[in-house]
Amino acid sequence: MSEHTTTAPIPTLEIKNLVVEYRTEDGIVHAVNGLDLRIEKGKTLGLVGETGAGKTTTGLAILRLVAQPPGVIVDGSIHLNGENLLMKSEKEMEKIRGKQVSMIFQDPMTSLNPVTRVEDQIAEVIELHEHLSWNESLAKARDMLELVGIPGERGVDYPHQFSGGMKQRVVIAIALACSPQLLISDEPTTALDVTIQAQVLQLMKNLREKYQMSMLMITHDLGIVVEICDLVSIMYAGRVVEHGSLEDIFNNTRHPYTEGLFNSLPNLEDRKAKLKPIKGLMPDPSNLPPGCAFCPRCDYAMEICHTDKPGKVYRTEDHFVECHLYSEQNIGEKVIGK
Amino acid sequence: MSKQQPLLEVKNLKKYFQTPRGMLHAVDDVSFKIAEGKTLGVVGESGCGKSTTGRAILRLVEPTSGEVNFDGIDILKLNPEQMRKMRQHMQIIFQDPYSSLDPRKTISQTIEEPLRLNHIIPDKNARIERVFELMETVGLAERLFNTYPHELDGGRRQRIGIARALALNPNFIVCDEPVSALDVSIQAQILNLLKELQSRLNLTYMFITHNLSVVNHFSDDIAVMYLGEMIEMAPAEDLFTQPLHPYTQALLSAIPAPTLNKKMDRIILKGEIASPIEPKPICRFANRCIHMQDRCRKEHPELIEASTGHFVACFLVQ
Repeated sequence: MSEHTTTAPIPTLEIKNLVVEYRTEDGIVHAVNGLDLRIEKGKTLGLVGETGAGKTTTGLAILRLVAQPPGVIVDGSIHLNGENLLMKSEKEMEKIRGKQVSMIFQDPMTSLNPVTRVEDQIAEVIELHEHLSWNESLAKARDMLELVGIPGERGVDYPHQFSGGMKQRVVIAIALACSPQLLISDEPTTALDVTIQAQVLQLMKNLREKYQMSMLMITHDLGIVVEICDLVSIMYAGRVVEHGSLEDIFNNTRHPYTEGLFNSLPNLEDRKAKLKPIKGLMPDPSNLPPGCAFCPRCDYAMEICHTDKPGKVYRTEDHFVECHLYSEQNIGEKVIGK
Repeated sequence: MSKQQPLLEVKNLKKYFQTPRGMLHAVDDVSFKIAEGKTLGVVGESGCGKSTTGRAILRLVEPTSGEVNFDGIDILKLNPEQMRKMRQHMQIIFQDPYSSLDPRKTISQTIEEPLRLNHIIPDKNARIERVFELMETVGLAERLFNTYPHELDGGRRQRIGIARALALNPNFIVCDEPVSALDVSIQAQILNLLKELQSRLNLTYMFITHNLSVVNHFSDDIAVMYLGEMIEMAPAEDLFTQPLHPYTQALLSAIPAPTLNKKMDRIILKGEIASPIEPKPICRFANRCIHMQDRCRKEHPELIEASTGHFVACFLVQ
């Protein structure tokens, strides 16, 4: 706690220098490599990156659900409302999971129990954390279903009787049943249709407001980021390579990787425009380059990029980038993108 | 839609499934043409019948009725042996890389299989050479040669499926959500790759997706499906600038655009897709439509040509 100044409000989530490794027989997979992240109360941070960037591992680390072995949280701190989660016992974590922090996953089918009625699955969480009787928990479970737009009487149905969008609503109902302060959403709408995605995002926005909840939105979709996030962290090979407000990231892009992401998206305005994908593949996290991890795919790579890891350069108080192209002097200009 | 001789012409295709609760109309009277070297994008929500349409065309599910003319031949009349030969020319990239790969085969075995079974490259070493080439084409690292699907992420698994479909040098490929499982930077690589292969090999695609920005980028014509029916079909540009069907309008407005500069007025549809079992002869979108009139609940709108090449099934434009 001493690390916070008394004037600044305590953020809901503050991660410092998080390092997570998976130690396998084939070598050490460096999933998260010194990640810093901060979410103020009621704010939503978009954690954007591609497969293997370490987004999900970061989410799991917050809940201390990184499979161990082979996963090891090697270094860093994760503070939830000022308390270091990495110091908690397993018993204390059980009380935090589902109560103070909830997580929803991409595929609603695999996160629901196929042989249990959905209202039972919601009531389970409520009974455990709120210490209500089973009948009271069931009643609240049905309220939760109504809240996410499913008639309460459908609670007696099983997951396979619901459509994908409704299943994800059930998952949201479970996650929010105990009004958590932090919701980690791991690609919550990726498996859904656009019109259903629009409904679910709308629902999440309404509930976020209602519960004054902070959110960590893990996604690869920059369109969703615009829709629901206040701040964005662009993640690559286990580090945040650029971070800022929507305005910073979308209109004052600095990192070549962020730029590459934008160029990879089909442009709705100009359908003839050729996509400019980022060349190459994500580096193997068990064998990361010694310098900047993005360097082998970067069009702007310089000599120093191959050998030295770049540090943070701040453009504004919030907006920073980790890239050798920038220094205090030139961070005001956009040196990339022709 | 195009004056060229179409490579694929589908007429009144129907696929019904018998269920305990009645007949499920998965694909209901769908007709379209795709000219050689062109791409027809098919969009719609899950359960609208877009994947079943793709599969019915390849007879991976046997259509209930209709005609599928491929290069002038009605393939629904072919016997199994003729059909097997025909499939060399008609391939599919599946939606779900989990279930479309044999978990007990390595990547190389999976990609090699069609080459071996169809006696395309009899020599083992030459086949292996071709497998490496295909792996490189789709961006699979050489070291993955002997890995199994479960060791790979969804993106890489999908690449195996693409490599496998390309192995036989087909001229028509049904791409069933081929990039949905891929990361954006990789998605762009694959889209560019599919486009490049299209122009190099004169491939014809039926591109099934729920991702509207991808379909816009990729297709010459776009068909929108809803509950087994084709409700709108037009050249891509037309469809995006002048969507006529209220469902298409809602669908387009729901795309989250990755830009701060433009806030779209979002039409949030109520409810979800209705049941495709024994649908009534009315407009199937009526219960979710913001422009619903009495007529929509009494009659079934037919697909009409509203302007040149732009087809729509809605009473608003009739």
